[in-house]
Amino acid sequence: MSIDPKPNRQPEIGAFFQRDRSWHPPAYTPGYKTSVLRSPQKALLSLDTTISEITGPVFGHGMLGELDNDLIHNFAQPGESAIGERIIVYGRVLDERGKGVPGALLEFWQANAGGRYRHKKEGYIAALDPNFGGCGRTITGEDGSYAFRTIKPGPYPWPNGVNDWRPAHIHFSVFGHGFAQRLITQMYFEGDPLIWLCPIVRTIPDRAAVETLIAALDMQSTIPMDARAYKFDIVLRGRRSSVFENRLEGN
Amino acid sequence: MVQSLNRLRESPSQTAGPYVHIGLTPNFCGIAGVFEKDLGTEMVNDKTKGERITVRARVLDGTGTPLKDALIEIWQADAAGLYNSPTEIRGAADPNFTGWGRMPTDMVSGECLFETIKPGRVPYKPGLLMAPHITFWIVARGINLGLQTRMYFADEEQANAEDPVLARIEHRSRVPTLIASRQDDVYVFDIHLQGDNETVFFDV
Ligand SMILES: [Fe+2]
Repeated sequence: MSIDPKPNRQPEIGAFFQRDRSWHPPAYTPGYKTSVLRSPQKALLSLDTTISEITGPVFGHGMLGELDNDLIHNFAQPGESAIGERIIVYGRVLDERGKGVPGALLEFWQANAGGRYRHKKEGYIAALDPNFGGCGRTITGEDGSYAFRTIKPGPYPWPNGVNDWRPAHIHFSVFGHGFAQRLITQMYFEGDPLIWLCPIVRTIPDRAAVETLIAALDMQSTIPMDARAYKFDIVLRGRRSSVFENRLEGN
Repeated sequence: MVQSLNRLRESPSQTAGPYVHIGLTPNFCGIAGVFEKDLGTEMVNDKTKGERITVRARVLDGTGTPLKDALIEIWQADAAGLYNSPTEIRGAADPNFTGWGRMPTDMVSGECLFETIKPGRVPYKPGLLMAPHITFWIVARGINLGLQTRMYFADEEQANAEDPVLARIEHRSRVPTLIASRQDDVYVFDIHLQGDNETVFFDV
């Protein structure tokens, strides 16, 4: 973690809003078989966030390499590029109050255009692309905005049911300001018919919640003769204003 | 009608899946040259204050089998009980301690090792301290929403006995699921996803 000059803003220190667990997938979702033996069955211990979850590490823009947000080139040989439909994914990281979250670390990973991951445990017959690694990262700007360039991943089959296919998707890991905001999710693509068939998508109980994970094709942000654009906003937990709360003061 | 609160809803979680390493620890899974090194592998350096310890963690499924594709992140205070975070307003934490670690579980043994220091105590509410603890966040294939829990230290009996979070656990027989035993300088922490010894997970 490198040290960047900190912007001149007071950190917010309020506790986080309670997580709405009915909006998230439950732990036990037998349609997604791996969850059966990996789902806690006892009640969770609920408590208001303490300083241990309100705080979190900070990631400076200085740690980023020039190609970190360019999956078309960050694994490619010089002068070459990954095969596939060129796209730009952009959006904002917001919190539940609608405020942009600056300085959020976003890490993303995905299959290549044929639906194949670069991973030793991956067994799908689709070909590897020698110029595609499949990972990237960026840090949001002052208004919570981010963008990266990649190729559109392909759908792929996976062992669950006899014939289950994942819709095209990009995995996102999001680091906000507090450890309580830590989130991993997946982005889907507008118009993909596989979304509504997928057992992992269907772990989310509410159709409206799934729709918040579907990126919209944005022709206005598309670069003519180059790359289409998809907009994907991510929402992290909001936090209380701490004006009337007992604060943990320094000496 | 009343005024709108204008709230958004948190993005719903989806599993990290089997290939979480590609995104979060690419060097670990053989994708070299994209990022210089994997984030979160070095929490300490030779100037870090405090007692050096190793935390050896595993995550076990409902059959008792260790997960070989899980990823664990930890977050903890420094030796003086300060977090290395902009949200820490009580003082400046040790600049030589990040407080944050990230490790994949080994693909053969299912173990992961964190080289860190023993954290100091931090307050729960003004005037009320928690026992030393490390916050854990666990993701893996088959885990739909990252799991949060804490590791406490077996050799902090007095502090553990007065810890206000441990005190909230109704079934006292479950308290030991959060307490790591010490073997030399290694604290051993097994996280059980299910079963009689299911770890207490937090909704926090
Ligand atoms: Fe995937």
